Amino acid sequence: MSIWEYANPKKFMQTSSWALPFVTVGAVACLAVGLFWGFFLTPEATNFGSTVKVIYVHVPSAMMAINIWVMMLVTSLIWLIRRHHVSALAAKAAAPIGMVMTLIALITGAIWGQPMWGTWWEWDPRLTSFLILFLFYLGYMALWEAIDDPDTAADLTGVLCLVGSVFALLSRYAVNFWNQGLHQGATLSLDKKENISDVYWFPLLLCIAGFVLLFVTLLLLRTRTEIRQRRLQALEQRERMA
Amino acid sequence: MIALLTRDLRLAIRAGGGFGLGLAFFLIVVTLVPFGVGPEGGVLARIAPGILWLGALLACLLSLDRIFALDFEDGSLDLLATAPIPLEGVVSVKAVAHWITTGLPLVLAAPVFGVLLHLPQAAYFWLVVSLALGTPALSVLGTFGAALTVGLKRGGLLLSLLVLPLYVPTLIFGAELVRRGANGMDTQVPLLMLAGITAACIAVVPFASAAAIRVNLR
Amino acid sequence: MPQAAPMLRVENLAVTRGGLPVLEGLGFTLEAGQALVLRGPNGIGKTTLLRTLAGLQPALAGTISMPPETMAYAAHADGLKSTLTVTENLSFWAAVYGTGAIDAALDRMNLRQLADRPAHSLSAGQKRRLGLARLLVTGRPVWVLDEPTVSLDAASVALFAGAVRAHLAQGGAALMATHIDLGLSEATVLDLAPFKARPPELGGIAGSFDEAFA
Repeated sequence: MSIWEYANPKKFMQTSSWALPFVTVGAVACLAVGLFWGFFLTPEATNFGSTVKVIYVHVPSAMMAINIWVMMLVTSLIWLIRRHHVSALAAKAAAPIGMVMTLIALITGAIWGQPMWGTWWEWDPRLTSFLILFLFYLGYMALWEAIDDPDTAADLTGVLCLVGSVFALLSRYAVNFWNQGLHQGATLSLDKKENISDVYWFPLLLCIAGFVLLFVTLLLLRTRTEIRQRRLQALEQRERMA
Repeated sequence: MIALLTRDLRLAIRAGGGFGLGLAFFLIVVTLVPFGVGPEGGVLARIAPGILWLGALLACLLSLDRIFALDFEDGSLDLLATAPIPLEGVVSVKAVAHWITTGLPLVLAAPVFGVLLHLPQAAYFWLVVSLALGTPALSVLGTFGAALTVGLKRGGLLLSLLVLPLYVPTLIFGAELVRRGANGMDTQVPLLMLAGITAACIAVVPFASAAAIRVNLR
Repeated sequence: MPQAAPMLRVENLAVTRGGLPVLEGLGFTLEAGQALVLRGPNGIGKTTLLRTLAGLQPALAGTISMPPETMAYAAHADGLKSTLTVTENLSFWAAVYGTGAIDAALDRMNLRQLADRPAHSLSAGQKRRLGLARLLVTGRPVWVLDEPTVSLDAASVALFAGAVRAHLAQGGAALMATHIDLGLSEATVLDLAPFKARPPELGGIAGSFDEAFA
């Protein structure tokens, strides 16, 4: 059995309807336990205060923001090369989720950064990169919206995703370079993994798992909607022809 | 291909304002900035590299939606797509024509505008170099954006939304090059990065643009 | 050069418009010296078929075989630049196709007196004539024409028919979609109505996403 079988819309609908309850329950469970553990059962860090707990939302959403774009890149490539409609629709379905994840990461970043750096916004390379990523999501979604023919839209957004990925990566390095002179260690190291102890680490892992499952749940739901919408279009068109 | 280039340039001249419009827009931006930030020379000199680059970028953006739209409307694009020139060649020529009509005048006129913004002496050379190296990338990427939105009724705003994020690396390295040049710092890294991005864009992006045109003509 | 093979052979072709099959099972050949006129009601897919043949859109099924670089396509729109003169417009296409000479085309389509006029000052019929003169400068043997006689008066239609006849006499071929009679006695008429795509449940070919979504 090949993985491409799931590229058949019918097969995808069957499998996803079977899988949806499990991932939904998994997402809810992981998020509930992880967030509760993280928010209420971890000790307050002496030098960070309670604001540090925003990492239980901030880190997973930031990871997902990037991973979702990568997933869109992969599905776009699959569409462009193998012409599986489900793949293109999955990319379309993932974009708004990714955009919201980016927004969450930016907002929680601001909430965290305010007490840490004394400012809501800092042109820190990471924050700036996320802002640029947000713009890429906006452009990608706007292009989907603007084009009527679904196959044309899938092709063009696929090409945009490809080119955009290269430039998003390039922007990341450009932004790093751009701000190196201004910052020079003035801000706190954002690399959490190095200065985080196990007490905080386990609930964080659980939250990350929760966000991944949440994304899968939403993605399945949205892709199913897109497939249904597409089928509706096909039926309408066929009726018009008959 | 040369016939296409001469035709496009001739069209730009005949249509009036092909060359002038971008420059006039550039001038307006440069004029308006001091009204916004105040006439103080020190402040202007400090932000001049960024303003000049932003102005160049916006002036470039201004004429992007016309790159393919006119040819699409009157049917020439269909005919060009069936002509013995590869579509990749067509989009490259279009980008060159766009650069000659908007990028090149900006490169040449930028020092004059630099005077208006009190650009430091040392920066003029780097301003011209950075614009000469960077604006071709703006035209090529703009052609890609125009190719994506060619069939759309109101593609102009969407075009800006699609293209501007792609301009980020060029803008960063371009403005940084001028800034470093103005302060007498080492310019090698931004110079090489800027040139590298432009070279890579010229080499690769036309393929994406041609693919987008093919999809849009379907 | 004597050619045994037809200049254009179409076999079992199916074309789509907006992802939906419009024509299927279409097959014909075009020999040197032959003109084929496509007939059919509006919306049957004449333009779609011609665009597919011109390579502007992919065929859903079937094969189109012709020697490379033999086709010149003329669409509804003439692709004229209104600020360029007649000569400039024509020279551009001559340069693109690498033929260069435009004098014969100017004379053939009776554009000599208009040669230095900018295209925007031409009437609709004159523009159309200029658009057809473009075909002459391409030097390609197979003409694929979409409604070539729109906005032409009787005299110009005759002029055009004469140009087609001369083209056929030189061993060219023409495929055109048109509603009016060109007076080309040698033209074969192909009615597209029998090739209208049937719904899939009646055995018709499935569209690009029909089969996956139904």
